[in-house]
Amino acid sequence: MSLEILGIMVLWTFLFGYVIVASIDFGAGFFNAYSELTGKQHILTKIIQRYLSPVWEVTNVFLVFFFVGIVGFFPKTAFYYGTTLLVPVSIAILLLAVRGSYYAFETYGTKGHKGYALMYGLTGLVLPASLSIVLTISEGGFVSMTEGKPVLDYWALFTSPLTWSIVVLSIIAVLYISSVFLTWYASKAKDTKATDLMRKYALIWALPTIITACGIIYELSFHNQEHFDRIIDLWWMFGLSFLLFIGTVWLIWKRKNYGLAFGLLVGQFAFAFFGYGLSHYPYLLYPHLTIYDSFTNEAMAISLVVAFVLGLALLLPSLYLLMRLFLFNKDYVKGSQKNKA
Amino acid sequence: MLDGDTVFNSRLLTELTLSFHIIYATIGVGVPLMIMIAQWVGIKKNDEHYILLARRWARGFVITVAVGVVTGTAIGLQLSLLWPKFMELAGNVIALPLFMEVFAFFFEAIFLGIYLYTWDRFEDQRKHLALLIPVAIGAGLSAVFITMVNSFMNAPQGFDLVNGELINVNPFLAMFTPAMPTKVSHVVATAFMTAAFLLASIAAFKLVRGSNHAYHKKALFMTMKIGLIFSIATALIGDFSGKYLAEYQPEKLAAAEWHFDTSEQAPLLMYGILDGEEVKYALEIPFALSILAHGDPSAEVIGLDQFPEDETPPMAVHYLFDIMVTIGVWMILLSLVYWVGTKRKWAFINTKPFLWLLALGGPLSIIAIEAGWWMAELGRQPWILRGIMRTSEAATSSSHVDTMLLLFAGIYLILGIGTVVVLRRMFKKNPVEKELMEKGGEET
Ligand code: HDD
Ligand code: HEM
Ligand code: HEM
Repeated sequence: MSLEILGIMVLWTFLFGYVIVASIDFGAGFFNAYSELTGKQHILTKIIQRYLSPVWEVTNVFLVFFFVGIVGFFPKTAFYYGTTLLVPVSIAILLLAVRGSYYAFETYGTKGHKGYALMYGLTGLVLPASLSIVLTISEGGFVSMTEGKPVLDYWALFTSPLTWSIVVLSIIAVLYISSVFLTWYASKAKDTKATDLMRKYALIWALPTIITACGIIYELSFHNQEHFDRIIDLWWMFGLSFLLFIGTVWLIWKRKNYGLAFGLLVGQFAFAFFGYGLSHYPYLLYPHLTIYDSFTNEAMAISLVVAFVLGLALLLPSLYLLMRLFLFNKDYVKGSQKNKA
Repeated sequence: MLDGDTVFNSRLLTELTLSFHIIYATIGVGVPLMIMIAQWVGIKKNDEHYILLARRWARGFVITVAVGVVTGTAIGLQLSLLWPKFMELAGNVIALPLFMEVFAFFFEAIFLGIYLYTWDRFEDQRKHLALLIPVAIGAGLSAVFITMVNSFMNAPQGFDLVNGELINVNPFLAMFTPAMPTKVSHVVATAFMTAAFLLASIAAFKLVRGSNHAYHKKALFMTMKIGLIFSIATALIGDFSGKYLAEYQPEKLAAAEWHFDTSEQAPLLMYGILDGEEVKYALEIPFALSILAHGDPSAEVIGLDQFPEDETPPMAVHYLFDIMVTIGVWMILLSLVYWVGTKRKWAFINTKPFLWLLALGGPLSIIAIEAGWWMAELGRQPWILRGIMRTSEAATSSSHVDTMLLLFAGIYLILGIGTVVVLRRMFKKNPVEKELMEKGGEET
């Protein structure tokens, strides 16, 4: 495997990690706010907060890892994306700022202000939308080179159906992923009411997820023929993804083995995400930038890979500890929170 | 919009974000060590006061970490958004420490999560304390790595630039620049010093407000002692930083000292104002600049006359340098007097005016941090990578920086106010006395 491919695989994997973990977090915030509005908060809030508390900061690091890593492995992306993304990414930073800090303010500081919960929930929906814009831009057609500098055409971007279908998919996927996860989490906590509610949400959002995903591929056929053709070549990955989707829905419908259902869901998104990534290869930004012409020098690439391996050797055991102590610890999940600082 | 404006706005936005982030980052680096010391002392002396001190600090710490994380994410992205040309080059040469910094954060974040939620989970308190060690190491390492990047900007090395092509890149040489040892150690020492004095401020403030509780007295004595140690370290390393500058960035030192003409036996100027090239009302300490620069009263110190006009930093850095050094010396004296006074039982150290001085120490240290960074970064101008790339060449060509500047200023204002309000409310609702009573009731 060439270093270029190794680099992008690592980054893509972390981005996938972020997509899953952040979706759970964004969606949970939304369900929390929604239940607050509809007077069901006594059912959900506890479960959601218990999950979010010890892990929220870890979620953010996945994102930081991705953007620091991509500038390290593919420095030219800093030039192309840095110049064009000022506005959308700044907005995403602002939303992340509101989210991260208000979350901490509320859980550790003052409890129970309704405004916080609503804001937290709302940002959870706008964030995936603003972050997914980056994927749209990467499809090409929105960035042109003037005087050797990339310029983003906002008008074309905001009037393109592709943009909006990706935005819609990102929001729906967030709701679907997090409701499936929370169904499982609530059932582990033996909280039947919350389980039933989350199960209902999971079933509601399942179909729209698949419909919008297909919609995007259809849109893409008009927007970027080359990419569309490569997706069709990789049809089996998307097919497998679909089968896993059926599996998840079936299990949830039958109220069976929610843990496995979530596992299948991760598989479903993994196949789709990596299928998308593979078909995007070798472009980082159609048609200006590929992973080959943007790659860093060999010395840096090798040291980044070595640092990565050493870093993982440190992190994986720690992450395992975190999961053992909280996510999958029966006492904690069921909620004896008296050990909090 | 004019090109120059974009550069200027990008600089403003970078300055704004970094100046805001550094407050939280400093706390983030320094406070875990303080919590560790307090908890350690508490376990050793079997003293509930110190344990509670650690616990309350940890609780407040979470709030500052949260804001540190979001502002850090902001600056991390803004570096690429505002300085794409710089990051393209930097990515090729200095990406390694940036990348490792993420691992340090990761490590810190995981263990902080665990530490916060396992307070009474272990029989043996020492096990719980052990969970804090990775937090402190992670925070310290992130400061080390990010400051390595900044050192590289001041003394770039580890690559060759031939016809605009980067060749012979050596990531390790780029990490270990001549600027690195003094910069990294000064930054880390000042973070510990500032954290100690900030926590001392809180205790002093409580005492000013009439509390007479042993809890606050213990907190004050402990933090002032730590502060004293680190402020002395800070000054010593600061002296080495001066020597580094004299050798590798003489224009920065010359600007900070308004040292226009290369000369031997150079005096150190404090304060004063500048009238053209004439310095007025300054305090002149004979030979001191030669000593700061070379450790030798008769050594020659390079002046601004050796540099072309368009490569000299703004003269205002002198004031920033003065502020930093004055505060540094002041805090050493103050904590020394306090420490000796406590040992000798001098009465005036418990009077309100003196306690007020102690309470001001934390904010002053923060001001010194800001002044120090502004001095160091303004003093690097007009270069973003000294001698290689100018700031004006590196900026984005996007025309929306001004709007973003306003947006970010707004959010920082909200976050800043939010932090203060939440912290105050958190501790007001749950005063020490109440918590001690509850704990006491549980224990016996
Ligand atoms: C609590 C904060 C604080 C205090 C009391 C001091 N400093 Fe400092 N100083 C910093 C906080 C700081 C800093 C924020 O950490 C800087 C900014 C950039 C850097 O590398 O460290 C810095 C930079 C800095 C530099 C520039 C290094 C460079 O650009 O490479 C010098 C020469 C000194 N310091 C010297 C001193 C001296 C002689 C002090 C005497 C007491 C002193 N500092 C006190
Ligand atoms: C956190 C403490 C820091 C503060 C308060 C700070 C402050 C500043 C200030 C005041 C400037 C403006 C100089 C000017 O344009 O007039 C600046 C510029 C800059 N700094 Fe720092 N800085 C800090 C640390 C760092 C670090 C660690 C890095 C590197 C990773 C860095 C990267 C930059 C960049 C890219 C610029 C913009 C280009 C320039 O103006 O030179 N800064 N910073
Ligand atoms: C010398 C100045 C700096 C120091 C000492 C410092 C230190 C820290 C620390 C300790 C944290 C963890 C949050 C906390 O514990 O409060 C943090 C967060 C962060 N910093 Fe800074 N930082 C500095 C400047 C910068 C710069 C210039 C960047 C940009 C490259 C940056 C990027 C980040 C990021 C991305 C985070 C959030 C990480 C996360 O998601 O956990 N920092 N910083």
